[in-house]
Amino acid sequence: MRDARLLVRLLAEPDRAGEVRDWTSLIALARAESLIGSLAWRLEGLDLPAPVEALLEAARRDGEAARVQALWEAEMARRALAPLGIPVILLKGTAYAAAGLEAGRGRSIGDLDILVPRRGLPDVERALLAAGWEWVKEDSYDDQYYRRWMHELPPLIHRERDRMIDVHHAILPLTARPRPDMAAMVADRAPLADGLFTLSPPDMIVHAAAHLFADGDLAGGLRNLWDIDRLLREFAERDPGFWTALRERANRHGLLATVERAVRLAHHLYATPANWGQLTVADRLYCRRLVARDGWGRAKRPLTRLGFYIRSHWLRMPPLLLARHLWVKARKARR
Amino acid sequence: MNHVFGLKVGPVSFRIGSQWRGPVAALRRLYAGYPEPDGVCDFTVRLEAERIWRRWLRPSVAIRGDYVLPDAAPLPLAQGLLAAEMGMNLQMALGQKRFLLLHAASVERDGRALLLTGHSGAGKSTLAALLGERGWRFMGDEFALLDLEDGRLHPFPRAVSLKNESLGLLNGMDPGRLGPVLEGTPKGTIRHLRPNPEAVARMGEAARPVLILFPRFGRGLEPAVREVGAAEAFMRLTQASTNYVALGERGFDALARFVGALPSKAIDYADTAQAEALIDDLWPAA
Repeated sequence: MRDARLLVRLLAEPDRAGEVRDWTSLIALARAESLIGSLAWRLEGLDLPAPVEALLEAARRDGEAARVQALWEAEMARRALAPLGIPVILLKGTAYAAAGLEAGRGRSIGDLDILVPRRGLPDVERALLAAGWEWVKEDSYDDQYYRRWMHELPPLIHRERDRMIDVHHAILPLTARPRPDMAAMVADRAPLADGLFTLSPPDMIVHAAAHLFADGDLAGGLRNLWDIDRLLREFAERDPGFWTALRERANRHGLLATVERAVRLAHHLYATPANWGQLTVADRLYCRRLVARDGWGRAKRPLTRLGFYIRSHWLRMPPLLLARHLWVKARKARR
Repeated sequence: MNHVFGLKVGPVSFRIGSQWRGPVAALRRLYAGYPEPDGVCDFTVRLEAERIWRRWLRPSVAIRGDYVLPDAAPLPLAQGLLAAEMGMNLQMALGQKRFLLLHAASVERDGRALLLTGHSGAGKSTLAALLGERGWRFMGDEFALLDLEDGRLHPFPRAVSLKNESLGLLNGMDPGRLGPVLEGTPKGTIRHLRPNPEAVARMGEAARPVLILFPRFGRGLEPAVREVGAAEAFMRLTQASTNYVALGERGFDALARFVGALPSKAIDYADTAQAEALIDDLWPAA
């Protein structure tokens, strides 16, 4: 298995599971891409070899336990922050699970990601520290780096439950060129039953696309694009006007090109029912990068990966700031 | 991967890939007679160079696979067998969700299983290996797999890993069952012992557990037996389990049933003969 195309095909068309010859490789690959839980749900109920079924059943149960744990962590944050009276918006996997979205099914959920209005940050920080969360990084440069230039606080970890929380006040670094309208995102949040919130459906897509294409080196990209496919299908089914709303919203945040790319690639790889035009030359490069993993779970295509890694830093900050940041990091590494 | 080895141990199968011939050749010798995986492997282990040039220049083996520890130190190529063993342990510890995984040794007699658990150095491996040569069926020295549905223990009879002073146990053992002497490892000198043919042939047979023992080894200790209450046993076993938290409610239920259904004792011993005598005393009543 030389790349991840078979995994992608099976996620989109689970009925083709009969074509799989090498389950061991497929499973190693799906684990490496954090898609084993999603794959297990997609293949549920099919007639598979018994040992494969046993493995997938364990993955489904594992995903269920992870979901319970993630929701509990959200509840812990809710209790710590409720007295502040500011809106707390769940992001990413925890949001999908809390909202009962298909994208949350079997999804691995690592850290708890929340978004709060920037003016509330000092209070949130104090409340979390008082409730048992602690700083992960003690280094003062890292601390300053996060506070001045990033879109989130330095990561915090809970000293008893050992779970991390990322507190965001924006969806992109402050140094990145697009400047999403965070006030509008917070204003249009969608309530959950317990007093927490998620982003509105179009903003959820905008955030997922921004996270995938405008803020990273595409590590874990197949999983993030799978999220986008699931979200798009579910939102479009609920609301026929969704596609138009999505374009308008993406445009308002200065992220239309990013969202368009996400939709084109999701359509190409996962057959998302939305044809937003032909793949561009750059899109094809993204595809190459997204499927660059073999049946041993090894990262392939080092040069393509390196290119995207450099690009991710380029997108995050202007060149002079980037040069300074890399200089400080390099000097620290030598010490 | 250039060199590949498939291995089935009890209900779990592994695919091990290596960039070098050595570790796979050592695995083939140590695990001669073990069955091959049937169809799909539960876990993939990769032994590969930490950096590209490290494949040839002062080769060092990074332990990778489906599940990895970010800060695991690589081992020199001469310890490639140990790297493979650690790689398999890592997959079990981080990825095994079909069973409640207990860091414990287990042996069986007349269809009934004895679980031995305790801190590193308590003598689990040594006692299990010894009992396995004296009429008990060796089920495993590293992990015991507790079935989440029916509460039985599944064997996981990997090669026994004996360290430092326990190596004396190997005197007089069939040399064909022994791995190479691995010196200067992070845990001192290590040598592996292949379980006897009965343990390998019956690796598919689960057994009903009837007794939990918490052995404690110490040179000056007087032989002693102490009752361990179900609550204490429960707490100690949560610490001995790598996946208790990850299994959530199912892990809690399985472990609560386990400690509620069978007696637990702590034993102190200063040499293996004392331990054997204590176990012989306790066993008929269990």
